[in-house]
Amino acid sequence: MAKTVLLIEDEPNIREAIRFILSREGWNVETHSDGQTAFERTKEVRPDVVILDVMLPNRSGYEILQDLRGFTETETLPILMLTARGQTKDRELAERFGASRFMTKPFSNTEVLESVRELVGS
Amino acid sequence: MIGFNALIIVSVIYVIFLFAIAFFADQQAARGRLGWLQSPIVYTLSLSIYCTAWTFYGAVGYAARSGLEFVTIYLGPTLIMIGWWGIVRKLVRIGRTQRITSIADLISSRFGKSNLLGVLVTLLAVIGSTPYIALQLQSVTLSYAVFANESGTGTEAIDLNSTAFWIAVGLILFTVLFGTRNLDANERHHGVVTAIAFEAVVKLVALLAVGVFVVWGVANGPSDILARIDASPIAEWDLRPGRWAGLIFLSAAAFLSLPRMFQVMVVENADERAVATASWAFPLYLMLMSLFVVPIAVVGLELMPKGANPDLFVLTIPLSMGQDKLALLSFLGGFSSATSMVIVAAIALSTMVSNHIVMPIWLAVTSKGATVSGDVRQVVLIARRCSIAAVLGLGYAYFHYSGGGSALAAIGLISFTGVSQVLPALLGAIFWRRATRHGAALGLIVGFVVWCYTLFLPSIGGATLISPEMLEHGPFGIGWLRPQALFGVVGLDPVIHAVVWSMLLNSLVFCTVSLMTFPNPLERLQGMQFVNVFEHSANARGWSGNAAGAEDLLVMSQRILGPNQAQRLFQTIAQKQGKAGLLPDPSVDFLEQLERELAGSVGAATAHAMVAQITGGASVSVEDLMAVADETAQIMEYSSKLEEKTDELERTARQLGEVNTKLTELSVQKDAFLGQISHELRTPMTSIRAFSEILRDVQDMTPDEQRHHASIIHDEALRLTRLLDDLLDLNVLENGQVALNIEQTNLYDVIERSLAAALSAVESETLSVVRSIDQEQIMIATDGDRLAQVFINLINNARKYCDHAEPKLEVQVCLRENCVEIDFRDNGTGISQADQNLIFEKFSRLTDHHSAGGAGLGLAICREIMTNLKGSIDYLPGQNGAAFRVKLPLK
Repeated sequence: MAKTVLLIEDEPNIREAIRFILSREGWNVETHSDGQTAFERTKEVRPDVVILDVMLPNRSGYEILQDLRGFTETETLPILMLTARGQTKDRELAERFGASRFMTKPFSNTEVLESVRELVGS
Repeated sequence: MIGFNALIIVSVIYVIFLFAIAFFADQQAARGRLGWLQSPIVYTLSLSIYCTAWTFYGAVGYAARSGLEFVTIYLGPTLIMIGWWGIVRKLVRIGRTQRITSIADLISSRFGKSNLLGVLVTLLAVIGSTPYIALQLQSVTLSYAVFANESGTGTEAIDLNSTAFWIAVGLILFTVLFGTRNLDANERHHGVVTAIAFEAVVKLVALLAVGVFVVWGVANGPSDILARIDASPIAEWDLRPGRWAGLIFLSAAAFLSLPRMFQVMVVENADERAVATASWAFPLYLMLMSLFVVPIAVVGLELMPKGANPDLFVLTIPLSMGQDKLALLSFLGGFSSATSMVIVAAIALSTMVSNHIVMPIWLAVTSKGATVSGDVRQVVLIARRCSIAAVLGLGYAYFHYSGGGSALAAIGLISFTGVSQVLPALLGAIFWRRATRHGAALGLIVGFVVWCYTLFLPSIGGATLISPEMLEHGPFGIGWLRPQALFGVVGLDPVIHAVVWSMLLNSLVFCTVSLMTFPNPLERLQGMQFVNVFEHSANARGWSGNAAGAEDLLVMSQRILGPNQAQRLFQTIAQKQGKAGLLPDPSVDFLEQLERELAGSVGAATAHAMVAQITGGASVSVEDLMAVADETAQIMEYSSKLEEKTDELERTARQLGEVNTKLTELSVQKDAFLGQISHELRTPMTSIRAFSEILRDVQDMTPDEQRHHASIIHDEALRLTRLLDDLLDLNVLENGQVALNIEQTNLYDVIERSLAAALSAVESETLSVVRSIDQEQIMIATDGDRLAQVFINLINNARKYCDHAEPKLEVQVCLRENCVEIDFRDNGTGISQADQNLIFEKFSRLTDHHSAGGAGLGLAICREIMTNLKGSIDYLPGQNGAAFRVKLPLK
């Protein structure tokens, strides 16, 4: 059975790139651009990994991260945070709120792929 | 037979003995052993200076001439003392609480520290007392003469004038020595008072001895004497009620008003309770003094040759009977009466003269004023001593130039009348709060003038000042102005006439003027303190420092100076005084030093008031309080200045805080800006990297897929370029480094060009643009390219964000007086009020329209351009859509 990745990212080109990379390796990729709907969907779909952008319209990635960690179902869910701001402050915030892994844009495609694999494997 | 020289020797020995007594008493007082010095008996005896030589010798003469009338002179004071609760007690209490130094001081301080009143009372006292002092000198001189005659030396052999002179010198010496030894704050002279009390005993014993001799030695006991009295012409005296009442009133008034009586009764009083004892003891003393007056007079009239001076019977009877020792005792009694009166009068008058006349002049002349206390003390002492010499010198001069004749005998009552002019002001001062200084001053002046005119000048000036014609017919023949029959009142005894008119007019003027004028605040406060003295002063305890006082002082000082400094100060002083422990005796020196120490912390006036309150039992005077208020005002002024400073500092601190907050905000903004730029740069780069890696690594892609990925890379590269262009543009605009190309431009052309640049052919069909071409025909001096950049931005926004099904953009130009307004209004939902404030900020992209391709810098750039063009761009709220107004100046 194919594993599911839920991708929350508002930039359409980046969304398309990540979907392309993961799909080719046999992942089931569901994408969302809006934080609130993504949060609802995560509880329904029960993905194996969540890839979460920080700068999102309406609700920031950190808020969604905190909410996800607040529910028993998603408490231990592997979450990969992506950010384009790349300041140390962002990395600290992500760690504090319970991100499993943190990556700064721009990333290399293999890096993303390997991270997702590792997160699911562990 | 006692020789004249022997008499001189006896007198000198007596005087030396008095010196010794005074010296001993002063020593005792200095050591703080006040015990018996403050006894009520000493106080009562000191009051006996009322009985001067005039009463000692004169009473017998008075009785020989006018019978029992002499008793009136004793009755007045007796009534006053029996009724001591009413007036004397109040005077004593006021004297203590207000630190009154003389009767002039009392009047002046009651009426708002009016020095004019002080001067008036002083002058009146000096004028009234000088003849009286002369009278004392005369009586002593005459008594010497009597002895000289008896011993056959002959009157011519002794110079009456030089005798009087040397007596005056001796009295000056004594008074200066014991009256001005030191400047006691309370003006008490223990030595002098003790010597006077001794003299009081001497004169009483002397008079009683002569009386006993007369009754049992000359006559055969009381029954014989009574028979002789019945037989003598004195028995046929006629009692004139008016004259008696007048004389009793006069002696009572004088008893209260005489400066020397005030000195012993009020100023020298150490304990209020002594007055209660004196209230019965002093009348008893007077009764004993008058007991044998009539017998002596009767026997004298019988024994002595016709024409013998009855004033000297007290001396001449024992001498004629060969009782030398008794005569000597009698002489010493008379000598005591005279000297004690002169000494006290000199002290009282010199205090008044120096305090109210000399010191004000000295202080006015030395404009620097009294800053060094020791310096002033010296000046005050010198002024006192000179005043004593002057007062006695004046008395001697009066004696010398009046010729020492019998005119002096009448002086007693005349002097009483003059001095009594103070009475209305004195009683008003302590009983009538409404009394004012104007009333007191005018009353005094009127009383004084009337006294001079009706009594003093006619009796004393002789024919030179008031001619017999004037006495008979009045000045300029005005009958009702006759000095001894004022307003046509005839038939009165001159003394009674003067008493009635002077006191009546004095009181009338005093009351009327008081009611017509208003007391100033100080007067009103002093009046309250004087009239209600029993409510304002705590108790009757005398001023005597004790350990409890010292402890209170320590408690107070600790609060002000701090415990360590206060204890060190007290210990040092205690050691200096030779006392173990912390508490020194509250000596004057100690109190002064303490006041100085405290003054450094709380101000001189406050320090004085505090120390006085604790030690004196003396209530704080109004002047003290006012000085305290002054100091408080200064402190308040100082503290309000401090407050201003504090306010200023607070303001500065607040401003600094505001600046700091702003800087912090700016720093946060800078961080946010950098974060934004980073985000805006990294986002396109992420897409570019991801797709380029895909193109590189993935082999099995269709050509369409490859083209699609390459076109994404291309778009994102363009987006990056645009972003960098905008950032650079914004930087140039913000720094004001932009090179503007200002020239006459047609607004229509600019709008036309902008629309063409912003909208492609397809887009211009979807977004309909409404214009008013006619209004657009305006020539403006501006940078057309930059203005077009603004317009393009606004048109693009409308194109991108207008969410109406049939989007429409209205461009409206409106020409104002100084400017032109170009409004861009679309028919979308517009921008929410909260966001309206943000849209002109950098990176304030409100929606998630990445297709719009902007980084949220457009409007920020527009605002910078308009600022550079001296115009403005604003969001227009309430237009049913997004609306912007661009404003350009016309000149």
